[in-house]
Amino acid sequence: MSTPDTSGSATAAVPVGAALALADDALVLSHRLGEWAGSAPVLEEEVALANIALDLLGQARVLLSLVGDEDELAYLREERSFRNVQLVEQPNGDFAHTIARQLYFSTYQHLLYARLASGDGPFAGLAAKAVKEVAYHRDHAEHWTLRLGDGTPESHERMSRACEALWRYTGELFQPVEGLDVDHAALESAWLESVADVLGRATLAVPSGPRTGAWSAGAGRQGLHTEPFGRMLAEMQHLHRSHPGASW
Amino acid sequence: MTALEEELSRIAGAVPDPELPVLTLEELGVMRGVHVTGPGRVEVTLTPTYTGCPAIEAMSSDIESALHAHGVPEVSVVTVLTPAWSTDDISEEGRRKLTEFGIAPPRPQGPAGGPVPLTLAIRCPHCGSTDTELLSRFSSTACKALRRCTACREPFDHFKEL
Repeated sequence: MSTPDTSGSATAAVPVGAALALADDALVLSHRLGEWAGSAPVLEEEVALANIALDLLGQARVLLSLVGDEDELAYLREERSFRNVQLVEQPNGDFAHTIARQLYFSTYQHLLYARLASGDGPFAGLAAKAVKEVAYHRDHAEHWTLRLGDGTPESHERMSRACEALWRYTGELFQPVEGLDVDHAALESAWLESVADVLGRATLAVPSGPRTGAWSAGAGRQGLHTEPFGRMLAEMQHLHRSHPGASW
Repeated sequence: MTALEEELSRIAGAVPDPELPVLTLEELGVMRGVHVTGPGRVEVTLTPTYTGCPAIEAMSSDIESALHAHGVPEVSVVTVLTPAWSTDDISEEGRRKLTEFGIAPPRPQGPAGGPVPLTLAIRCPHCGSTDTELLSRFSSTACKALRRCTACREPFDHFKEL
């Protein structure tokens, strides 16, 4: 990858941890969505998921370039150095799992970017641009949640299972991140309200399980990841590591 | 802006968009400025439509070639994100050309951005009917949605509001 010069958004004193948290969320989810290429249920969805992945990759590139060399950061860091939440690294599962992950994450990212865009911090410029893109990701996830939840008994059952399964990864989204000037408690209540509204209209119950677990203490923002992440990273990084400097 | 910068702006702005070659970069609204920074040295500022738009690299090299061909030896293209590009930046002429090309142009929107509520109908670029339906929110590129006209049955791309 070679990145355009983004000097317009490169303000002084970018908090590295916060930049990596935002960048890694976008990068890792982008890679997961890209895994649907060639196997999405319908062609339109293949294209939609690839487009969402591309938006996220663009955001990741800008954010990584704020704090270092994007290729080195993406391809040469070890698992423990990634700061993404565990939600985005979860495997795609069936289409319902991917949509549930999209609903949870895009709702969070949309609320977060809207807040960052309204401030004058180092991420305001990117957030002001990305919030408009993420609005479409959220819209896409919402419509699929409605369609699957309020669809056939089979689709309802699968969507319900997916929402339950990923619920335990949603608490982590609202852990304060150093350098992100955002009221995480307010963000969390706005998120809960928004997600509960969509689930309600989709005839789905708001999951009742815990939103974090003792086993995940520390979690992704501190570099602790779930087992599938290592395998994903191996695939994502292997070409660059095997053929340093390769290009086409 | 000097007379030379105006002239160079016209040349850079007349470069066609790599993905929608009916539009020039000027009509698309992505040109942010052309500055002569020294003898034979020009800096062009450009803004991407979407953060991850892969066309930005092709745009940059096309601008460089156009200005080289005009005798500017040193061209640098700088990408800026702020203020963020909006579909409202597409010129009237650009909208007319999009329709002619078979792409429904974006509807004008308020300052908030994002998806526009379906109060303003999207017109079929082929037959002009406003009776159209959404097939997919994402089409051939991130900036377009796929729709179908229920009158003439033709599918078409709609440049989404951003």
